Amino acid sequence: MGDAVHPRPAVISRADLPALVDAIRAQGYALLGPTVRDGTIQLGELGALEDLPIGWGDEQSPGSYRLHRRGHARLFGWAVGPGSWKQMLFPSRERMWSADRTDDGFVIRTDDTDAAQAARKVAFFGVRPCELAAIAVQDRVFVHGAVPDRSYSARRERALVVAVDCGEPSGTCFCVSMGTGPSTGPGYDLALTELDDERGHRFLARGGTDIGAQLVRGVPHRDADARDHAAADAVIASATARMGRQLDTTDLPALLERTLESPRWDDVAQRCLTCANCTLVCPTCFCSDWVEVADLSGDHVERWRRWASCFTLAFSTVHGGTVRASARSRYRQWLTHKLGTWWDQFGTSGCVGCGRCITWCPVGIDLTEEVRALRELDRPGAAP
Amino acid sequence: MQSRDQPRGELCVPSPYRVVDRTVETADTVTLAIAPVDSLARAWEPGQFNMLWMPAVGEVPISISGGVGGGATGGDRGGDGTVLLHTIRAVGAVTRALCALEPGQTLGVRGPYGRGWDLDAASGRDVVIVGGGLGLAPLRPVVHETLRGRDRYGRLAFLAGARTPEDLLYMSELGQWRARTDLQTEVTVDAVPGREWRGDVGVVTTLLPRIPFDPGRVVALVCGPEVMMRFVAAELLRQGVAPGDIQVSLERTMQCAVGSCGHCQLGSSFICRDGPVVTWERVGAAMGVRER
Repeated sequence: MGDAVHPRPAVISRADLPALVDAIRAQGYALLGPTVRDGTIQLGELGALEDLPIGWGDEQSPGSYRLHRRGHARLFGWAVGPGSWKQMLFPSRERMWSADRTDDGFVIRTDDTDAAQAARKVAFFGVRPCELAAIAVQDRVFVHGAVPDRSYSARRERALVVAVDCGEPSGTCFCVSMGTGPSTGPGYDLALTELDDERGHRFLARGGTDIGAQLVRGVPHRDADARDHAAADAVIASATARMGRQLDTTDLPALLERTLESPRWDDVAQRCLTCANCTLVCPTCFCSDWVEVADLSGDHVERWRRWASCFTLAFSTVHGGTVRASARSRYRQWLTHKLGTWWDQFGTSGCVGCGRCITWCPVGIDLTEEVRALRELDRPGAAP
Repeated sequence: MQSRDQPRGELCVPSPYRVVDRTVETADTVTLAIAPVDSLARAWEPGQFNMLWMPAVGEVPISISGGVGGGATGGDRGGDGTVLLHTIRAVGAVTRALCALEPGQTLGVRGPYGRGWDLDAASGRDVVIVGGGLGLAPLRPVVHETLRGRDRYGRLAFLAGARTPEDLLYMSELGQWRARTDLQTEVTVDAVPGREWRGDVGVVTTLLPRIPFDPGRVVALVCGPEVMMRFVAAELLRQGVAPGDIQVSLERTMQCAVGSCGHCQLGSSFICRDGPVVTWERVGAAMGVRER
């Protein structure tokens, strides 16, 4: 991805959007994007644009997610589904290497692993701004860390990112608080804003890289005019005004560091089921188990990496016991890492404000509410 | 061996090592001497660890306890072709399998990983080395290292503790060290249920008053059960030792060893990458919070 500036946004009509998809495919990319499955909007292979959640909206609140038909035919009239692009770059299960026993030890194979599959060029079509921010967070973990992760890096290099500004935030969204949306930040190849007004159903398209700009040039388009930009600004302004949640991030790492013994942790522990849903739907959670998988003879062995969760007992178990045995300590670990110590480790917050952990928590725990309560109890003179 | 030509850092692939010697330390602990089968051992520092792999069983982080032969810097500071020593207590499936290995058998090794003891910080200062139980394992090479560069340090003391006399590691070396005049070695046990013991009885902190050191110019290197390290650190702090001059080696679940899998986090630290040796200045606050 180059850093060239592409100052001339274009407008692509809805009718011409299939040409953009064709152009992406013509570059050798497999198309991945959102589609309606099992009553949710999930990410997967896209056949045609018609596979997108056309006309669907999502209603989200703590512990609740429902799709409903909107009275229009917009492609992106919804916020985020349970799955994130994390699953494409950092798969939930991945074979890292395998080994076969020999007369004198073992031979390791690294060429038949899932990392080889990473050679596939994929286009992420319909990446929300918060998700683009989440990818940047995981880049800091897997690409810019002391030891770059080979399979993540290979997938990331081959991924084309087509982002779409968010026009319909859900009841659990708070990207404005986290500075990640609803307009698309840096890091995209191509960014779209869906416009649907008296001038027609169309997309304002901005190339972020040479390849993104080339894609736009290759499909029927016209230069964007002032009214297109005004319409796009209105979409962003409207979405900004309709955030379902907000999180006061003022001095958040310091707040969390001095409230480690707050009674609020006992309160949330009474509700938290330690089910790990929040970590699985989180687009930035990166913890993993490295698992030994052997056949019955023990002659063939595979090393798998699987998503792990700090909400499980086994996560912190060493010989002699578990470091974080209580639900209180496990919820605290997750929240203080996500919003606090992540800054020390990676120079950024681990939260992008997508709201998934709130929506998909079976008991509707809302981290924005937990932080509010911690802050309130931390106030001088506050009664515990 | 295919993996030799691969960039192994990213893939974290083990290399085959062969057991060349096996020493029974206690009823449940052995020291394995291992050598690479077809590659060169990588240089290591006292306090670092390797991931030891038993195919079809699993992989565990184990401190490097020393080396034999090879290398310009000699036995206990790595170098090419060095035989590595690992002291392993049989507490789970993988460590039981490792402890059962006999000379000639193979295992997988990747590493070394982590940050070891900061001996540069100890230069020109008194050095107090405090070990409890299996905590002697990562301290053994630092005792050797400080003795090798003896004139770089002030007073040098090694305090060793174990649950019982039968649980003491490196008995013959402890005897040799006790006989030295340039190292003060004190040994204590928590209890004496079995054989005769004419030495000290009591937790390792009870030995601290016997050690003359200048709190303003001492570096303490501590490894043992977490509760023991807390008490030792508390006592040292009470005597005026700065938190930054207390180094501890911590144990946490480690699966990747490169700061990626997330299991070993303690506050902001990835113990596998930022440790296992960390200063009390870095982790003292986190260590003071239950279940952090």
